Amino acid sequence: MRNVERLCLAHFWVAFAAFLVASLLGAWQMWVRSPLGANIGTPTPGHYFMSVTAHGVSMAYVLTTFFIMGFGYFVAVTSLGRPLPGKVWAWIAFWMAIVGVVMVLIPIIMGQASVLFTFYPPLTASPWFYIGLVLVVVGSWVWCILMFVAMREWKRENPGQPVPLAMFATVANAVMWLWTTVGVAAELLFQVIPASLGIVQTIDAGLARTLFSWTLHAIVYFWLIPAYIALYTMIPRAAGGRLYSDTMGRLTFILFLVYSLPVGMHHLMMDPEHGNGWKFIQMLLTVFVSVPTLLTIFTIMASLEIAGRLRGGRGVFGWIAKLPWERPAVLATGLAFVMLGFGGFGGLINMGYGMNAMVHNTSWVTAHFHLIFGGSVVIMYFAIAYEIWPRLTGREHASPAPLRWQLWLWFIGMMVMTLPWHLLGLQGQWRRVANFNYADPIIAAWGPWVLVSFFGGLVLLASALLFVRNLAVLHRSPLPVAQRPLYALAVHPPHRVPAALNGFGLWNVLVLVLMLLAYGYPIAQFVIEPSPAAMVHRMH
Amino acid sequence: MTDRPPEIHEQRILGTELLWAVGVGVLVAATLSVVVFTALSRDINPPSNVERIDPKTLHLSGEFAEHNLGTTVGPDGRVTARMIATQFMFVPRCIAVPSGRAVTLRFASPDVIHGLLITRTNVNTMVVPGFVAQVHTEFTRDEDLLMPCHEYCGLGHSEMWATVQVMPDDRFKPGPDGRVSCAQR
Ligand code: HEM
Ligand SMILES: [Cu+2]
Ligand SMILES: [Cu+2]
Repeated sequence: MRNVERLCLAHFWVAFAAFLVASLLGAWQMWVRSPLGANIGTPTPGHYFMSVTAHGVSMAYVLTTFFIMGFGYFVAVTSLGRPLPGKVWAWIAFWMAIVGVVMVLIPIIMGQASVLFTFYPPLTASPWFYIGLVLVVVGSWVWCILMFVAMREWKRENPGQPVPLAMFATVANAVMWLWTTVGVAAELLFQVIPASLGIVQTIDAGLARTLFSWTLHAIVYFWLIPAYIALYTMIPRAAGGRLYSDTMGRLTFILFLVYSLPVGMHHLMMDPEHGNGWKFIQMLLTVFVSVPTLLTIFTIMASLEIAGRLRGGRGVFGWIAKLPWERPAVLATGLAFVMLGFGGFGGLINMGYGMNAMVHNTSWVTAHFHLIFGGSVVIMYFAIAYEIWPRLTGREHASPAPLRWQLWLWFIGMMVMTLPWHLLGLQGQWRRVANFNYADPIIAAWGPWVLVSFFGGLVLLASALLFVRNLAVLHRSPLPVAQRPLYALAVHPPHRVPAALNGFGLWNVLVLVLMLLAYGYPIAQFVIEPSPAAMVHRMH
Repeated sequence: MTDRPPEIHEQRILGTELLWAVGVGVLVAATLSVVVFTALSRDINPPSNVERIDPKTLHLSGEFAEHNLGTTVGPDGRVTARMIATQFMFVPRCIAVPSGRAVTLRFASPDVIHGLLITRTNVNTMVVPGFVAQVHTEFTRDEDLLMPCHEYCGLGHSEMWATVQVMPDDRFKPGPDGRVSCAQR
């Protein structure tokens, strides 16, 4: 570590502070929309949607972006073994993003931005809300550039050497993020901000949705990749084994870069502004998004198997029992895989062209992304935090027991919250509702399951509180950190890799071609034959 | 604990990976063929008619003018129900449809984005201002179904729903103007 501890900790604490507040709001929302909170009169729908906006923005934008930036700086310094270039810029980006977050949160609290984290126009919020978001994104762009620079300087000093996998993956994420943000940036700068400022009075809602969809799928992979970086580069070591294959790791992250982008229209499957053919093409491409995850499951299982056998595991499954499950990182991985299993199955349903009609915009969707993103991904964020906090603070956890408790509670809470939510979605419970009319017999029948999921939400809140406590007490722990390596070695560490697996030039070209193919006409159609614009509806 | 390098030959690693890659390939191919096959053979089409309409004027004339809303039976016997989705209600609040017959539902929004589903069916579409959303379907059970707006459309979103009254075909009798309204219950 070369003096980026403060930088990393600053990013992480902002991320986790947002996470804690958002968890409180989440649990409160669960109560409001349950039979217990119904018909009380206060809180009003205004409060509910203010809260859902704050919850969605904090979890999806603040927690993730700050966590990913902090983790990127950490990886750049530790995996490359050289100081971070442009540290001043990193701090400038940090403060820019902080200003952005404040600019986003103030109008939300004032009730001037209850447009939810997807902010679909013609509804528009206070301009501060969008300008704040832009600042956060620009801050993250600075991070992307710093990641490229760090990799390039390392390559110059180590000609012909393979870039360490953790850094290669981080840069893959940075490249993907630049592509990803193009859609929402165009929507904000050319459509939404002018509308919100009152410069224009009408807006093309179909175009805005299409541009947002460009961002909407790949952003999920932006959030996910840190979890996968931990799986490939830290977990095999934490379990006491080796990474089965470094090449497979590189391939996985390249596939994420290539396939996450030209598929966003699967979020518009039920939209009237796109023809069947384009939806069909992007749905076919969506099938391929499962490939990197399937490769990862194999490689990580094989790496864990090495660890299990080194510890004396025998037989086909005997190695599983021998894994050091008492270590939080290993436990988190196991729990993440279970949630990924359930969530992956749900994802297949969403993707299906026909089945999507059953679940689109129902609680099924909310359940699905809480399970995969709030569950699998965030539990790996916890694991990463627990692994690297000792290195950042120079102190060791007093005992792993509260860490394990916290992970188990998160897992149990997530299952108890999302399984009934899936069920309710199948029965037609729709999402984003401030208060259900439990007098209606159909809705009344949902009541008991809503209560079960509310209970799951409470367990999650307890876990969130314990998480923050576990990190906070570490800052005062009397135990000095024991020096141990963080990154896993591959079974056969690479000595030379082909240029295509050591950089991104070629892959950027491929992304460009695929994006032209997938989004060229769907966006161009709005220019060729503009759709009749709708009046802007200001919520401020 | 020792961290001795496990003796796994590189060739063996490559072999297992190729095997898994083939497995993944088969899985992807199977998923693709199921999706493509069902889409083509069962004629599954999500609402994708790309039919433009001006949200600012749609209520003034044409099919979404007030007197044309609701259910009509055409001279050829085709059943079409038209509704406007607006902040924060559907107009009309109830539509009558026959069971066991093809029905076309058409929606448009004069203001913001809405969406809808009909519980216990697979009717589901977004209603984006600027476009007509159209769904072809057939209702099977005679009952009152709930049709909520499922996309956040403003603070009143939670109160925005309509009723779909599915009638047995023999009770579904259009008036002289070809129109059918909900029965009072
Ligand atoms: C304490 C744990 C949590 C609880 C109790 C909770 C609960 C909720 C509830 C009740 C909603 C509103 C659903 C609706 O109105 O249809 C919601 C929405 C959402 N949650 Fe969570 N959640 C939790 C954790 C998370 C986590 C960890 C993430 C992601 C990191 C997350 C991301 C989101 C997002 C993006 C939305 C969508 C907001 C929208 O629909 O606009 N949540 N959550
Ligand atoms: Cu997606
Ligand atoms: Cu609505």
